[in-house]
This record gives sequence, C-alpha cells and structure tokens, in this order.
Amino acid sequence: MPLRWQILWTNAPGAPLHKADGFAIETQNLRKVYGKKVAVRNLSLSVRCGEIFGFLGPNGAGKSTSIKMLLGLVKPTDGQALVLGAPSGSVEIRRKIGFLPEDFRFYTWLTASELLKLHGKLCGLSALSLAERVPALLELLGLTPHREKRLREFSKGMLQRIGLAQALIHEPELIFLDEPTSGLDPMGRRLVRDVIRAQRERGATVFLNSHLLSEVEITCDQVAFIKQGEIVGTHDLRTESGGEIRVVVSAQKLPAETVAGLTRWCTSIRKEDDLLTFSTNSKEVLPEVHRYLAASGADIFSFTPERLSLEELFLKIMGEDRGL
Amino acid sequence: MADVTFREATRRKIVWAALLAGGAFLTLFAAAMHFQAKDLARYNVPPFIRYQVQSSILQVGFYAADVLAVLLAILTSVDTISGEIASGTIHAIATKPVSRWQILIGKWIGFAGMVAVYVALMFAGVGMVGRVVTGIVTPRIFLGGALVYLECLLALTMTVMCGTWFSTLTNGVIVIGLHGIAFIGGWIEQIAALTNSPHLATVGIISSLLMPSEALWHRASFEMQSSFARTLQFTPFANASAPSVTMIGYAVAYLMIAFATAIHHFCERDL
Repeated sequence: MPLRWQILWTNAPGAPLHKADGFAIETQNLRKVYGKKVAVRNLSLSVRCGEIFGFLGPNGAGKSTSIKMLLGLVKPTDGQALVLGAPSGSVEIRRKIGFLPEDFRFYTWLTASELLKLHGKLCGLSALSLAERVPALLELLGLTPHREKRLREFSKGMLQRIGLAQALIHEPELIFLDEPTSGLDPMGRRLVRDVIRAQRERGATVFLNSHLLSEVEITCDQVAFIKQGEIVGTHDLRTESGGEIRVVVSAQKLPAETVAGLTRWCTSIRKEDDLLTFSTNSKEVLPEVHRYLAASGADIFSFTPERLSLEELFLKIMGEDRGL
Repeated sequence: MADVTFREATRRKIVWAALLAGGAFLTLFAAAMHFQAKDLARYNVPPFIRYQVQSSILQVGFYAADVLAVLLAILTSVDTISGEIASGTIHAIATKPVSRWQILIGKWIGFAGMVAVYVALMFAGVGMVGRVVTGIVTPRIFLGGALVYLECLLALTMTVMCGTWFSTLTNGVIVIGLHGIAFIGGWIEQIAALTNSPHLATVGIISSLLMPSEALWHRASFEMQSSFARTLQFTPFANASAPSVTMIGYAVAYLMIAFATAIHHFCERDL
C-alpha cells in the first residue's frame, strides 16, 4: 500500500478488523413490501468480513431497497438482517459503517472541508482527529484545491468524490457504496477503485452496488445477482475454477449422438455447422470432454475454453432487457 | 445538528429577506409613529386619547412582527425534513451514529434558535420605537414576546411534524392553512365577544382548538396593554375576549403532542 494511503488508516495494513471467518452481513428471508408491490422477497445473503462484495441487478430489482434495509433506513416487512453481528439499524453499529448514497447530495452552502468536519462530528471524531483526517481525505480524493469551495460549485464527479470522503471519514469497518463511480471520468473511476482496494487491504468490507460490470469484475471478490427482489446467483471472482466456462470447438464429422451425450457435463450446447459451443461449470471436466469428442472419430481443429465475462454472466442470469 | 441547522437557516435568503422586511417595517413604523405623534400634538388631542391611539398603533407593530416571525418559522423549516427525504440528503445523515430523534430535535433547536433571535430583534425594535417616539413603555413586553415565540414554536413544530408525512408543498399548504384557520378563529372569537354571540364564540373556540396559534397572539396582545387600554373595546387590538391561561396550557400541550408525534413518525418511517 502506498504511503499516502497508509497514513489515512490507523490500523496497520493487513491487520484484520474482524475475524476472517466472520460475516459482515447476514440476511435471512429479508422482505419488503410497499402496498401491493413486493420490492424485495426472501433476500438471503452472506458477505464475509474483508470481502469486496458486488451487488448486481437490473433497475428495479430491489438493490437500493436491500441496501436501505441493511443500513436501517427502511424497515423490513419480514426477515432478519445482521450487520457486523448486530441487527441492522443499530446506532452503535453505525459507528462502524460508512455509506455513499447513489447521487450524493448535501447542503450546497457547505464547503468541502465543512462537510467532512460535520460528518466527522456526527461520527464522534475529535477535533484533533478531524484536523488530521479532513485534509488527508481531501488530498486522497484530489479535492485539496477545492477544499474551501461550496458544494453548489461542485460538478457531479466532485460530489461523488466528497461523498466517498464522508463515507470514509471515521475509518468504517463496513462500507456501502451505491454507484460510487457514477458521474466520474476514467481517472476518477480509477481513483475510486484504488480507494476500494486500500479499504480491502486494511481489512474493511465493501458492499458495492454498481452498474459498471467491468468495474465490478476487476474490483470485487464475490458478486450476487438480484432479480425481482431475490438472489438468483452468486459468483466468486477470486477463484479461477469458479464460474461458468464456455468452450468453442471447431470440428468436422461430429456425430449428433455424441453432441447429445455432452449433456452429462454441460449446461448448454449449441451446434452450428462445424462450430460447437457448450458451457460447463467446472474446468476439471474439460480433458474428459475432449477425450470423449476425440473418441467419436470427429476431426477436431480447435478446442478453446473461454471464461464468461461478468457482463455475459449478468445477461445470461438476468435474461433479455425488457426495458425496465 | 442544531448548529448546522441554525447556520443553514441563517444562510438562507428567506432569513435575510425577513430581516430586510423587518428592518424596512421598523423604519416605516418609526416614521409613521413620529408623524402621528406630531399630528396628535398639533391638534391638541387629550393625553388619554393620544395614549390609547398610540398604544393601538404599537399593537399593530407587534402584530406585524408576530406575523413575520410566524411566517419565517414556517417557511424556513417547511422543507427541512420532507425536502431532505425527497433529495436523499437525509440518507447520509441518518446512517451516521446518531438516532433519528436526535436529528429531528437538533433541527428543531436550530430553527427555534433562529426564530428566537428574530422575535427578540423585532420585539426590541417595536418596543424601542414606542419608547423613543411616543414615550410609551410597553407593559410586560417580555411576556408578550415569550407568548409570540411560543406561537412561532407551535407553527415550527407543526411544520416539522407535517414534514415527516408530506411533501414540501403539501406541508406548506397544510401548515399555512391551519394558521389561516387559527387567524380566522381568533378574530371570530373577538367579534363574538363584542357582539355577544355565543354561536360565533363556539366557532371561534373550535378554530382555536384546531390550531391555537392565533390565541397565543391575542393573549400576548392582551398582556402588552395597560389595564386601562384593556377596558376600552373600540380598537382592533382591544382583546374583547382574551384567551384564558387554560388556552395557553392547551397550546403548550398541543405543541408537545405534535413534537412527540413528529419524533415517533420520523423514527418509524422509511427513508
């Protein structure tokens, strides 16, 4: 971790903030109903301490409502949510939580420094601590030249940066980031990515809600997909063996019954002319599948495994865009 | 929260507009009192009539200060809860380690502090004009000011309470509407007392029970007049029927219930 990042965090890098095997977030059948509309149904998820967790889903899937329930902003209709081992919404637990809301807005008459001091005071930080942390965070997020500017003069990207700074002012153990890169240019996105990684290095847990799947893919350890208020899949981005693998085979004289026999290993199979495409959940089966195809007497010109990108996986799980 | 709300309130243009309006009013009021005093002296108006006329005009001054202060209390706080919920600003605050009741009370204290400064300035101004220009010392001006301040707190509390339920616009319409009912009710009670109409009095009392803010002004006005002026019933501020101490108690209870309801609803609602 570069020195300028280290000075911001009082705990040494690598020193875990909590038990490595513990869960920062655990929910069981969390449900929220507004009138007749079910916003979240039976949301059950677990986020390990120290993880960067991506929460993905189309618009209207229930992501924001879920985050609000975890933060205690919205009361669940049913179910249970534990955040850092305590019921969500507990005031004491909020000392350990940071939150960047989507489209961060605050009193526009405050300057950047005043905003951070206010949030620091709300978190119970001393004047001495604020005198250190406010300039350091402004520097970290590239806002030092704008520290005395009022928020009404800030661009959307600058507001996102100051919003991120207020979420980190008290060195939280668990950080919820709702679309943190929205409105940011590529440099800003990279900065946010670096900040998130620095949080992981100091042992914090990050719960990230983002539409930018490429960002999620390079930042997160684990992702969950939510659709119509329910978790429909999880994916570990750290393990190479995890996740779906697509294999493209260029072959001639491939018997139809051989293709049909692939169902014992594969989740989907498509054959077009000399091109066979199939998907499987484990790379361990690939040598066996290769031997099986070769044994059928087919002429195999190429056998190319490809890992599905997060975007492909997302589209596969969520299905076609229905204009939501 | 109280500190930031006070600073927020004082940085709003409406506060400066209210101070400007208040300053302009005090200047005009002082000028009017001055020229009227000269006219009364020129026409050799008997002292007790002169006193009565000048006392009544002084009450007009206090009434103008009262209206400005109540409007300031309502208009500065009308979007403090509803506006922040609608814009999402509240999310960054409500996820900090402070209870929601602390947020609400902090905001309320901030606005109450700002209104206290405004009421003090306006009452000091009107009282000073009366003393310097006409030589009349307003009796029990502190009690009168305190009752007007209580009226402002009532309007503020109702605005904050309705803000936990309704949008900014709806909130404004409801609170100003309630104050309108109180205004009409207060004057109906006065007319009822002058015309000795029990039915009209009942309508006035019901209006004051719905929103007792104007009753507080009538009591303040009653307190700020000499016992001699109180007995004369030919001026608009003669208080033919002064609200009782029980009505003041009712207004305090009303405020406390509204405050408790605001806290309860804000703590329970989804943000």
